Amino acid sequence: MNDIISSVLLAFIGGGIICIPAQLLIDLTRLTPAKILVLYVCLGVLLYGTGIYDYIFELFGRGASVPLIGFGANIGKGVKEAVENEGFLGILSGGLTAASAGISLSLLLGLLFSVIFKTRQKRM
Amino acid sequence: MDISLKKELIKKYSPKSPVLKDVIFAFFVGGFICSLGEIIFYFFNSLLSVSEDTSSIAVTLILIFIAAVLTGFGIFDNIAKYAGAGTLVPVTGFSNAVVSEAMDSSSEGLILGVGAKIFNIAGPVILFGLCSGILYGIIYYISLFI
Repeated sequence: MNDIISSVLLAFIGGGIICIPAQLLIDLTRLTPAKILVLYVCLGVLLYGTGIYDYIFELFGRGASVPLIGFGANIGKGVKEAVENEGFLGILSGGLTAASAGISLSLLLGLLFSVIFKTRQKRM
Repeated sequence: MDISLKKELIKKYSPKSPVLKDVIFAFFVGGFICSLGEIIFYFFNSLLSVSEDTSSIAVTLILIFIAAVLTGFGIFDNIAKYAGAGTLVPVTGFSNAVVSEAMDSSSEGLILGVGAKIFNIAGPVILFGLCSGILYGIIYYISLFI
């Protein structure tokens, strides 16, 4: 039981800390959210490639993988594993394979809700 | 109203340090979402003994689903107003960007409205994420031969 409490707490702290630079960028530089998301995903790939992400993930668990850094690291991990298994082709196939579930679900829900909630908006 | 009184009132009613307040909100909301992810992960990995990889995907999908539903009902924007980067940086921000762009453009038609605009924010994220992944893949592929 102590294990889960400490890991939830570490996820809380890690996730919170990772959000702070983004908030500072929003407040101080007026960077748009889209640019911050792109920055975080690319940063995630970079952190994974350099091996730094492994340390962050080891410590914070979901605190590292739930932020978009984890999305980028996931792409990096997918590419790495695909290169190891499939060779050269893995460079192209690994990234989308790793990110496919998340992208597919959000796109599906986006399409679904845009149809469902369209009538709702009209009524108001 | 004389100027000194005006200044005093402005000082009194404007937040002390909006940046500090924003950062604290972002920290707590971002932390809360990640700890929620950790609990979901624990539920799948330890209680249902699902593999670590599958549990990770489950965490992502459940958080995406929650954020999408909250966006659909218009609740997400109210939270995001205070949370700022706290809801943006976790995967919930990606989900919110996709769903809200799709919903906002539904009046512009299904193909060039929803179909195209759904990628307004998701597109750049996927594009640059993928391309940096490809760049890393090339470097990693070469490094295998050195």
